[in-house]
Amino acid sequence: MALRMWASSTANALKLSCAAKAHLSSAFSLSRCFSTVLDGLKYAPTHEWVKHEGPVAIIGITDHAQDHLGEVVFVELPESGSTVSKGGSFGAVESVKATSDVNSPISGEVVEVNTKLTETPGLINTSPYDDGWMIKVKPSSPSDLESLMGPKEYTKFCEEEEVH
Amino acid sequence: MTKIQAQNVGSPLMNLIKLRGVPILQQLHLEEKLLRTSSDNWCIINDGTDDPTVVMGISGKPAELIEIEPVLQDHMPVIKRFTGGGTVIVDQGTIFVTFICNKDLIPGLQPYPRPIMNWSSILYNEVFRGIGKFSLRENDYVFGDHKFGGNAQSITKNRWIHHTSFLWDYDIKNMAYLKVPKRAPEYRLARGHLDFICCMKDYISRSDFIDGTTKAVGSHFSLNSTQLASIEVPSNAEFTPSTRLLSKQELEAAALSQTDESSA
Repeated sequence: MALRMWASSTANALKLSCAAKAHLSSAFSLSRCFSTVLDGLKYAPTHEWVKHEGPVAIIGITDHAQDHLGEVVFVELPESGSTVSKGGSFGAVESVKATSDVNSPISGEVVEVNTKLTETPGLINTSPYDDGWMIKVKPSSPSDLESLMGPKEYTKFCEEEEVH
Repeated sequence: MTKIQAQNVGSPLMNLIKLRGVPILQQLHLEEKLLRTSSDNWCIINDGTDDPTVVMGISGKPAELIEIEPVLQDHMPVIKRFTGGGTVIVDQGTIFVTFICNKDLIPGLQPYPRPIMNWSSILYNEVFRGIGKFSLRENDYVFGDHKFGGNAQSITKNRWIHHTSFLWDYDIKNMAYLKVPKRAPEYRLARGHLDFICCMKDYISRSDFIDGTTKAVGSHFSLNSTQLASIEVPSNAEFTPSTRLLSKQELEAAALSQTDESSA
């Protein structure tokens, strides 16, 4: 799938994040200096992304989040079959000295978790939007997605967060 | 009103709890509860803990981090705490300082590990001004290149905790319960425990450190001294701590896995 990237306009505020960029075309090489924000996804103010694919929504944390957290060394995920609530914590990522809650942007039932993250938690750093996905959820309320930010809004949100 | 409070009228409020010799499990349960159920800011200072205890981070694996046979033999308690970070052995020579804060407490401070860690070092720079060569080295507090304070954090949606175990003094024989971790800071340079750490008592007295920390916190916030018994959290706050003591069975199973790996 071809993905269009939105590059942040505040190069100095958003840190270099090159690890996730290996799959990008040279046309977007300038954006390798910024945290990546992908088109086609929705974003929560707590820096999780959601990709709606048919009956299932895929959830992970953004490039901005993984960059600020540092090297992820452990990931705690829920069980399949459990329920998640919009805005509620569903797991955590540990990065060297800190454990950080990960919050679900939508409510629903967890139908699959990314078991690769047990052995290779660093996928969240190297591939936050692809191999580093965390859970797949069957949404219980389609309107949850509507209240989330689009790529442009999220980019602006990140810029404002860096400035303040 | 004290002079510090008068100077800080209008500063955000920080509840200060000073404890002495409270068991580390009780302290961690309190901290986890305040992080998850309170909406106030807290600074907790616990001057020593009663019994020597091994405390691992949230993802710690006993087989990789501790010498299980002597731990079992000597009935050394092992706790898995709710924050990240490494493994420590704490006792009466350890001084604990904890900050539990709302994410908007400090203007401009982003609720991520590095900014919080840097903020803490600014505060402790005030405490250790003129005392040793204090700095934050990667994620540790050091004098020169010797660690005397280990940090760990947990960050939730709206709050964060940053807690530190300061080695005011330690019992050399207790270090034998800990393995050299696979993941170590670069500046450690493969040094063993005794070559890597140092004692705060060689630099500052217990009371000076605690008074200095209280003063430094008071210069940033409006302090409200609180007693442990008077802490109130919302009555509808449901909470079960994740911090727990590992059972003998868990440690024995870890010892078996350690033996299986070494004979494989």
